[in-house]
Amino acid sequence: MGLRTIKTIGSGVGLALLAPVSLHAAWELNLTPGVTDVSRSVYDLHMTIFWICVAIALVVFGVMFWSIFHHRKSRGAKAHHFHENTLVEVIWTLVPILILVGMAVPATATLIKMYDPSEAELDVQITGYQWKWRYDYLDHELSFFSNLSTPREQISNTVEKQQHYLLEVDRHLVLPVDTKIRFLLTANDVIHSWWVPALAVKKDAIPGFINEAWTIIDEPGIYRGQCAELCGQDHGFMPIVVEAVDRDAFDAWLLAQQQEKQQQAAAAERSWTLDELMQQGEQVYLRACAACHLPNGEGVPGAFPALKNSPVALGDVSAHIDIVLNGKSGTAMQAFREQLSAMELAAVITYERNAWGNSLGEAVSPAQIADLLGSETGEAEQ
Amino acid sequence: MSTLDTALHGDEQMHHGPARGLGRWLFTTNHKDIGTMYLWFSLLMFLVGGSMALMIRAELFQPGLQLVEPGFFNQMTTMHGLIMVFGAVMPAFVGLANWMVPMMIGAPDMALPRMNNWSFWILPFAFAMLISTLFMSGGAPNFGWTFYAPLSTTYAPPSVTYFIFAIHMMGISSIMGAINIIATILNMRAPGMTMMKLPLFCWTWLITAFLLIAVMPVLAGVVTMMLMDIHFGTSFFDAGGGGDPVLFQHVFWFFGHPEVYIMILPAFGIISQIIPAFARKRLFGYASMVYATASIAILSFLVWAHHMFTVGIPLAGELFFMYATMLIAVPTGVKVFNWVATMFRGSMTFETPMLFALAFVVLFTIGGFSGLMLAIAPVDFQYHDTYFVVAHFHYVLVPGAVFAIMAGVYYWLPKWTGHMLDERMGRLHFWLSFIGVNITFFPMHFIGLAGMPRRIPDYALQFADFNMVASLGAFLFGLSQLIFVWNVIACVRGGRKAEARAWEGAEGLEWEVPSPAPYHTFSEPPKLPESLR
Repeated sequence: MGLRTIKTIGSGVGLALLAPVSLHAAWELNLTPGVTDVSRSVYDLHMTIFWICVAIALVVFGVMFWSIFHHRKSRGAKAHHFHENTLVEVIWTLVPILILVGMAVPATATLIKMYDPSEAELDVQITGYQWKWRYDYLDHELSFFSNLSTPREQISNTVEKQQHYLLEVDRHLVLPVDTKIRFLLTANDVIHSWWVPALAVKKDAIPGFINEAWTIIDEPGIYRGQCAELCGQDHGFMPIVVEAVDRDAFDAWLLAQQQEKQQQAAAAERSWTLDELMQQGEQVYLRACAACHLPNGEGVPGAFPALKNSPVALGDVSAHIDIVLNGKSGTAMQAFREQLSAMELAAVITYERNAWGNSLGEAVSPAQIADLLGSETGEAEQ
Repeated sequence: MSTLDTALHGDEQMHHGPARGLGRWLFTTNHKDIGTMYLWFSLLMFLVGGSMALMIRAELFQPGLQLVEPGFFNQMTTMHGLIMVFGAVMPAFVGLANWMVPMMIGAPDMALPRMNNWSFWILPFAFAMLISTLFMSGGAPNFGWTFYAPLSTTYAPPSVTYFIFAIHMMGISSIMGAINIIATILNMRAPGMTMMKLPLFCWTWLITAFLLIAVMPVLAGVVTMMLMDIHFGTSFFDAGGGGDPVLFQHVFWFFGHPEVYIMILPAFGIISQIIPAFARKRLFGYASMVYATASIAILSFLVWAHHMFTVGIPLAGELFFMYATMLIAVPTGVKVFNWVATMFRGSMTFETPMLFALAFVVLFTIGGFSGLMLAIAPVDFQYHDTYFVVAHFHYVLVPGAVFAIMAGVYYWLPKWTGHMLDERMGRLHFWLSFIGVNITFFPMHFIGLAGMPRRIPDYALQFADFNMVASLGAFLFGLSQLIFVWNVIACVRGGRKAEARAWEGAEGLEWEVPSPAPYHTFSEPPKLPESLR
């Protein structure tokens, strides 16, 4: 190994040690006080109990270290012979009980506050999926998925990590401030746990059951969290981003979402040229598919199949549509029927059949997909 | 094993010595041989589980994925937990009990020697089966050592069936070991050794054995329910068939919480033997120690849902489990106070076993404090499933249970091998371990409070620095354990000759027999020494 290599490695290690420090204030020590009344009570409780523990530790360890220094044989200490004292033993059983009661009182009060059953002004259903969240605004007919948006290159260390590495998503959960919001939590597959530290809300999302939690956010802002219950391979890659806005902004946002939905529905009905679909499809592909199948469609051998020159993308169109809509069980290929709109599905399938040298020249129309989605739902309902 | 050969020559009154060759170890019914095998097995598992921990810490050294895939990372966290709990800590305690319980109570052997052989020899097969899953298609269990359904049933890799059978075998082994210890302690004490004269290590093990008998069948039950769900079409844990995934957690933690005391009560016993020996003063509050241990054991059945504060239990349930959990601080506190009172006005020296025992008292207590914080249900919503929990249970298990085991090994090694340890090497091992363990696990409190969930292979940038510190500490701690291996082997092979009472202040029947202990001890019931009369 030449001197230069050693130097390179040396500076590499040096940089690695320094880089995170210089980029971010990363020596965070404590719980966040958060932005809700409940989260502040939790923080206060946390600090109270912490200081009580510190005080007890000082007394106990103080006596212990005093004995260690003064009652050592090397200093000529002779062992005394006492080995029990009922009074002392009763005292150090009763005093801790009193301290515990002192802790239990504020803890009970906070817990009762957290379990406040009063009605909420906004209900949001949160569904955990492997490995993404789905948010349903129950009174507003609005529903969307929220996926990790950190590019794969950052995770595999080929490009520099950005500030919100692993804590950023494609669609935020937008919530109004000063509003009692009720979360109804469930899961589609395994148990997940929805946790946003700044709200002091952590509740398990359990398949087949519905859990409840609530919050009232005081300050507008962006609050990040993560799935807290091990839910399989990509458990570390399903963050939560809450965007709290004031109520007017929230109403405007809701309206915009409704309009976008209508536009999408209208878009599915009009006819699309191949070029338009390809353009749309590329965007959808990069957002929803490229993480596994890669932007060039070549996939990762052994893990994620290539789409370029693949039998699916060049074969029967209905089989291709089926796999995109319904996924492939036993593999990482998910069902996208609920995650993408008819227009997006049509565009992305068209894109896959006509990109990277795949050139079938045929377009899948949004109307065709919309019919398929409609008729299958109909069948399922019968 | 040269030591046992010397033991043979050292005592010519013995009826017969050990058999020769491999057969001795396969067919032995001698509690000392079986104890030795348990201890070596547990050391091997400690090193295997430790290497997995180092793999985890190496991946977490920096943000981003560097060394392993997320799927393999999950296999490592799962196997690390299972191997350390069932392969390292529990067999080490059983090994210590095998060696020491008969010698402490003046019995010639365990009450059920053939079953003793069987309960050990199940273990290597159980762990061979568990570890073989790493090489199966789909990989080893990847659902965490708590194996929550349905991740461990519907969504599990095919190797889960091997995992289930391995757990069954470990459970059978533990139950047989526990029966043996109970039968031995209740029936085979030397004349005059009443229950309230029993050495504390025997008391804590007796209570632990009852816990084992109570909860290992529950563990067997829950894995059997998984087996049925996976292969026989039942729906215990599948809401789609009328079951409930949370039922799994209730059953698992009804086993799991007593299990954590199974891993700490014998440690309390060891520490209660060592501190009086090196403080040259009787244990303070013997009776309250016994009652405290029993209270902890009883309370351990009433607190399981504190592991499940976020699954959505009603307010009354949260309050009950919070109060019951907080109550455990009382008997645990009594124990710590008694240890400190034993040191107070003693005449202390600080040989290696004592150093580990003192570190145990301080660091286990720190783990106890974080445990008390975790008991507070509303705050637990913020701590649950974060690195704060990881810090907590590693503080009670590594500088807790593992340090106690090491303290016990260093304390009794002269009795086992007939040689004194090289104190300088013992101290080197202690200080490197002490520093390493704190550098590893203390920063995890901070990472957890800052919001890092456990069981993730990659993390956001604000957790980077403390993770790097923890990883460096883990390698320091891990590598220093090689000194421990060296120390044990060196002590087996030679060293200053140990006297019958290897430590000046050591009391108890085990120190009345020569060092190394002859192959058969107490064929005739002994007369109790002055200190026990």
